[in-house]
Amino acid sequence: MSEQQASSSGPRIKKFMFVNRKAPYGTIYALESLEVVLITATFDQDVSLVFIDDGVYELVKGQQTKGIGVKNFSPSYRALDGYDVEKLYVDQASLEQRGLTEKDLLVPVEVLDAKAMGQLMQKQDVILSF
Amino acid sequence: MLHIVNKSPFQTSTLETCLSMAQPGNALLLIEDGVYAATVGSAMETPLRQACATLKIYALQPDLDARGMTGKLIDGVTLVDYGGFVDLSVEFPTSHSWL
Repeated sequence: MSEQQASSSGPRIKKFMFVNRKAPYGTIYALESLEVVLITATFDQDVSLVFIDDGVYELVKGQQTKGIGVKNFSPSYRALDGYDVEKLYVDQASLEQRGLTEKDLLVPVEVLDAKAMGQLMQKQDVILSF
Repeated sequence: MLHIVNKSPFQTSTLETCLSMAQPGNALLLIEDGVYAATVGSAMETPLRQACATLKIYALQPDLDARGMTGKLIDGVTLVDYGGFVDLSVEFPTSHSWL
């Protein structure tokens, strides 16, 4: 609560967390999340992305979408550091349940357990879920 | 933080993931199909009762009423109306609406 009362001098940078919990092509959520992340980063906010449950599938290497006729947006995750979005966190249990490891992912991430992920959420000003 | 879950725990893993990450002192509000988690005799009863030890858990009464489940509410879960929903949103500086 105390952090909410910022000084009145200039706009305060808020901590935004984007929680991604959907696989990439079955629904539009993953792509929409990425769009909002890029917009938020443009406004110089403190942005973190977390990938939980089926959201970890968004980061899998080697996506080839030609056959399903939709844009492969996975390369955009590699471009995030160009927007100063460098905080990517992945839930350990979600990876393990799906037979994935960090080596299967197309960007460097920090792998956290559920408790650490919860603590990270606790520190945010705004949480947007996709 | 106020966690808001609107999916049945038997349809998605949303509530399970939420409970694994919620921190002591957080609140959980069950709405829409999420209210099924707050009913006695279901497979979620035990995990939900355990969660009551560290979280304050609420359920939106109009959603329980609509589903005919009000009489099955787990004790320890607090009913709120729409005004109570607003009060919770004001009480906690951060809300996390799980999708």
